[in-house]
Amino acid sequence: MAKRIDLKDVDIYYGAFHAVQSVNLTVAPRSVTAFIGPSGCGKSTVLRTLNRMHEEIPGARVDGQILLDGENIYDRSADAVAVRRTIGMVFQMPNPFPTMSIRDNVVAGLRLQGVKDKKKLDEVAEASLRGANLWNEVKDRLDKPGGGISGGQQQRLCIARAIAVQPDVLLMDEPCSALDPISTLAIEDLIADLKKEYTIVIVTHNMQQAARVSDQTGFFNLEATGKPGHLVEIDDTEKIFSNPTEQATEDYISGRFG
Amino acid sequence: MWASSRRGESVFRGLTTGSGVLVVASIALIGLFLLIQAIPSLLANQANFFTSTEFSTGDPDNLRFGILDLLVVTLKTSILALVIAMPIALGVALFLTQYAPKRVARPFAYVIDLLAAVPSIVYGLWGILVLAPVILPVNQWLVDNLGWFPLFSQGNLPVGVRGTIFTGGVILAVMILPIITAVAREVFAQTPRFHIEAAKALGATRWEVITMAVLPYGRSGYIAGSMLGLGRALGETIAILLVISASTGMQTLSLFDGGYTFASLIASAASEFSQPLPTGAYISAGLVLFVLTFVVNALARVVAGGKVNG
Ligand SMILES: Nc1ncnc2c1ncn2[C@@H]1O[C@H](COP(=O)(O)OP(=O)(O)OP(=O)(O)O)[C@@H](O)[C@H]1O
Ligand SMILES: [Mg+2]
Repeated sequence: MAKRIDLKDVDIYYGAFHAVQSVNLTVAPRSVTAFIGPSGCGKSTVLRTLNRMHEEIPGARVDGQILLDGENIYDRSADAVAVRRTIGMVFQMPNPFPTMSIRDNVVAGLRLQGVKDKKKLDEVAEASLRGANLWNEVKDRLDKPGGGISGGQQQRLCIARAIAVQPDVLLMDEPCSALDPISTLAIEDLIADLKKEYTIVIVTHNMQQAARVSDQTGFFNLEATGKPGHLVEIDDTEKIFSNPTEQATEDYISGRFG
Repeated sequence: MWASSRRGESVFRGLTTGSGVLVVASIALIGLFLLIQAIPSLLANQANFFTSTEFSTGDPDNLRFGILDLLVVTLKTSILALVIAMPIALGVALFLTQYAPKRVARPFAYVIDLLAAVPSIVYGLWGILVLAPVILPVNQWLVDNLGWFPLFSQGNLPVGVRGTIFTGGVILAVMILPIITAVAREVFAQTPRFHIEAAKALGATRWEVITMAVLPYGRSGYIAGSMLGLGRALGETIAILLVISASTGMQTLSLFDGGYTFASLIASAASEFSQPLPTGAYISAGLVLFVLTFVVNALARVVAGGKVNG
């Protein structure tokens, strides 16, 4: 299930623009890794290469290797659609399919994988909604449209949808930035639960959040606009926030906290 | 300073309200005009206006006219046009927005839009001179092999006559294709990126992205566009007049009948408009067409929920 991720000399481009430079990092299975750094340094870009969403942008390209338990997801024989089926992604803006029912939203990924058995789908829908801490709030209106619940609920619905396929990895790009503090806490608790089963990578601008939820934190930076972003350092979250190796990390963190 | 900006506002509001009222009023006036002209003829009518298939206005003292056949021919041509054009427009719009690279999509879309710029008279000429002879063998094959099916039975025209409702419907389909395609393309292209990304991130193929995100989002717009196309088909005059042969026979369910639509009958009778009572008969028919188109357009708007202003 949960898999280990290795990035080896990953360079990422948007057409001629070199967006991110030589990233090397490892994410252990059943752990949470947070990416932090100033806006535009390439956190989302790196995250989106992990499930091959990056290449959907015309001209976008990735060099280097991204290994999932040792298998290169950019291997010539690997199909992007197949890769995405095993890697869940949660976006910054909650994006349930608005006209699809709550239940159908949750099992949309399973349907894509060809699961038709109604009983199985219902079971997975319940289990995933429970997993996303949403079951009690929506169990009486599973047939109502996914667009008709609150923003925080929608985001948990999206998490339920992502975990319904039991992905090898769960990617989250600022999943709480559109949410109120209570919904944010609910999702942070959820992340703590989910890491028992999944490998999680989360991008966040909220450093307290990174400190609260992650085991490992990577700090990205860019020297100047137009220059590629790069990974300054990645280490245990505790170490990054108390005693980082690089001065740039220290400056960034203390700037925010101080 | 505050007062002046508010005056600007009230001038603007006055203008917009005024033009809105003007539009509604002129539509109402057109309706009223038709009604006033129609009433004397309707009173003088010796036949039932809604159920009669006759339309004889030669003798003003013995007017006999009804709209049944006109309605049947109008609906047969328009619905056939819709049945042909809707799937093609859907396919083209999906291709242009979801599959084609930009440098292909642009010129292709442009060509489709150009179809809308071709004058109806040209469609009419092309329809009867070029298309009809090509379609004739298809007609014949359908009659010979699927003639048991009412839509494809031998119609009220002699064998070998080219201008059937079938031909007219095909021409209309070409004529309404651009508007349906344009509206569908517009709404499909507006599918929010985050819906598309949601589907892709779940591992949806292109087609699955379409069924999960694009179609649910664009469905109502596509239907509204189709209804706008239907509105156009109902009222199309000159192309139909040129293409569909007149027929004295009964209207059946067959697509190979000849006959007149509301619009083509009225146009064909233009020379009779010197006398008020026969003219009123045609105006009554026009009134029915007016209501029909109006209802279809209103439906389009309801379905679109205000998304389309075509
Ligand atoms: N679709 C795109 N086409 C071209 N360049 C892009 C595209 N998306 C992002 N970029 C560029 O890539 C660089 C990295 O962007 P990215 O979105 O990864 O930053 P980020 O670290 O996630 O920032 P934020 O914290 O604001 O979300 C930026 O310079 C950005 O302008
Ligand atoms: Mg980002």
